[in-house]
Amino acid sequence: MLAPDALLAALREKFPEAAPRPSTDLPAVDVPATAAVAALQFLRDEHAYDFLVDLTAVDWGVDVTPRFTVVWHLFSTTHHGYVRVAAPCIGTGVSDPGYNQATAGDPAMPSVTGLWPGADWHERECFDMFGITFTGHPDLRRILMWDGYPHHPLRKDFPLAGHEGVLSDPEISAETHTKVIPAPMMGGPFVAAPGEMNLTDAEPRAKDESWNEASEKPE
Amino acid sequence: MPTEFTFPDTAAKNAAGEFETEKMSLSMGPSHPSTHGVLRLQLELDGEIVTKCDPVLGYLHRGDEKIAENMTYNQFVPYTDRLDYLAPLANNVAYAIAVERLAKLEVPARCQAIRVIVCEMARISAHLLGLGAYGIDVGAWTIFLYTFTEREKLYKLFEELTGARFTTSYTRIGGVARDVPEGWNDRVNAFCDQFLPILDEILSLLTRNKIFMDRTVDVGVISKADAIAYGLTGPNLRGSGVPLDLRKDKPYSGYEQYEFDVPVGTKGDCYDRYLCRGEEMKQSVRIIKQAIAKFPAGDWYAKDARKIFAPPKDKILTSMEELIQNFMLVTEGPQMPAGEVYFEAENPKGALGFYIVSKGGGVPWRLKIRSPSFCNLSILPKICVGDLVSDVVSILGSLDFVMGEADR
Repeated sequence: MLAPDALLAALREKFPEAAPRPSTDLPAVDVPATAAVAALQFLRDEHAYDFLVDLTAVDWGVDVTPRFTVVWHLFSTTHHGYVRVAAPCIGTGVSDPGYNQATAGDPAMPSVTGLWPGADWHERECFDMFGITFTGHPDLRRILMWDGYPHHPLRKDFPLAGHEGVLSDPEISAETHTKVIPAPMMGGPFVAAPGEMNLTDAEPRAKDESWNEASEKPE
Repeated sequence: MPTEFTFPDTAAKNAAGEFETEKMSLSMGPSHPSTHGVLRLQLELDGEIVTKCDPVLGYLHRGDEKIAENMTYNQFVPYTDRLDYLAPLANNVAYAIAVERLAKLEVPARCQAIRVIVCEMARISAHLLGLGAYGIDVGAWTIFLYTFTEREKLYKLFEELTGARFTTSYTRIGGVARDVPEGWNDRVNAFCDQFLPILDEILSLLTRNKIFMDRTVDVGVISKADAIAYGLTGPNLRGSGVPLDLRKDKPYSGYEQYEFDVPVGTKGDCYDRYLCRGEEMKQSVRIIKQAIAKFPAGDWYAKDARKIFAPPKDKILTSMEELIQNFMLVTEGPQMPAGEVYFEAENPKGALGFYIVSKGGGVPWRLKIRSPSFCNLSILPKICVGDLVSDVVSILGSLDFVMGEADR
């Protein structure tokens, strides 16, 4: 197993765009999306990082570019080292009410299902939760939410209480006119605002206060 | 006059295209007894042979990761109970260590030993349930009654330690909620002593059982390469002959001081996975006994966790300093440095990982749960093809997954 510095040097020799990623626990590296698959393959084949532990994404906020970063964690079954590889997604992924996925710049990332078949479900989950398109994925569809669900819940602009929307079954909602309405947040997870503000604002409270004990639930 | 039955000339008709085979689509679950929760398998069958298997997940999706982004680090501890709800203590420990790595916090030896003991007890409890449920799946009812009797004893010990039988929320970031009660270690030791012969008895009901072996040997074979490529962990990976155990390879919480063996399978079939779990319980007993034998004195929470750990209740009610500290902890959450951390622990089902991205402050920016059940299930479409429907039941039981964790 190479030391983190040596590993990074070896990577940079092959991929000059690779940059060290600030990290306190594992060796970590930033690569551009275009070189991600090649870099991961290099780590797998040349440095025995043969086990894809985890694949996930981070949404850095609506007004940050690049907004989404995909993070891979690799492990070696022989020398038992970890490495973290991160790549910013191509595309922006704006999601306002009039947002049209087909035309807007969808965040995208090349798929690693060719390297690890186990990445299949991870990438489907990432697509489901963040709306990141993994190009080259054999069967990219939702995995945790149902087919036809219109939102990507782990995006930062998706409210914790959820959006109002139609039921998953179009036939039932057409017949009954029922809708999925956001969960009441009273008694739900509380949010504490970080410091440097007055205490009434910083106190934990339900984030969504559209209704509470005092005011009626809107119909 | 004898009637003569003539068989149709199948070969000729087949060649002429007169026979049509039709595939049947069968939806197994989401509340099928063998799916151990709410997993749905969309099967495509040719007769009784599975030609395609498409697992449908998400029936138990609660958005734990979204919830985590909206609450402080301490508030999330109870949610970890509900991941792998058969081993909540092990989840608590994995989460606590992940956040401690972020906060660069060392917990004292006594706390580590307590965590090791509860993790291994959780492992025994989870494997016992897995074993009992697997017995029912393949037609051996008795096992279940034996294993649940033993689990009940474990639950009594959990209740004594944590105050809850099921959803324990026992760890705190930087320690555990309370010290072990007086005499508890002896009772755990006594449990271990009586447990080993009973475990042998339970396993002897299955290990050489003809019916059980017929259902499991050479069924659902996972090769070494496949197990690694699909990211399998835990007994499912070791059953395929890969000797990977994070307690040995990446020791945490002081696992390096204990002697234990990592059982591995040879073929990677359902039977090997069953054998691995059986042996793992015996190794867990070994670890517990060693941990109790050299149980360290001292504190059960980190002293330098002042900014994270709630002060003792009597201090909060009598001293101004502690009252303020408690207030800040509750309102703003424990203040963490910015950065990212990934930690995974060897849980009963496999490697449970937490990837935490912090921007500083009391709330994680992103918390990803790497769930072993999710990864273990992803191999299903590959190994079910070509097997009988009844084998699918056997394979599902041998993978020993928990939907609370797979769906999060």
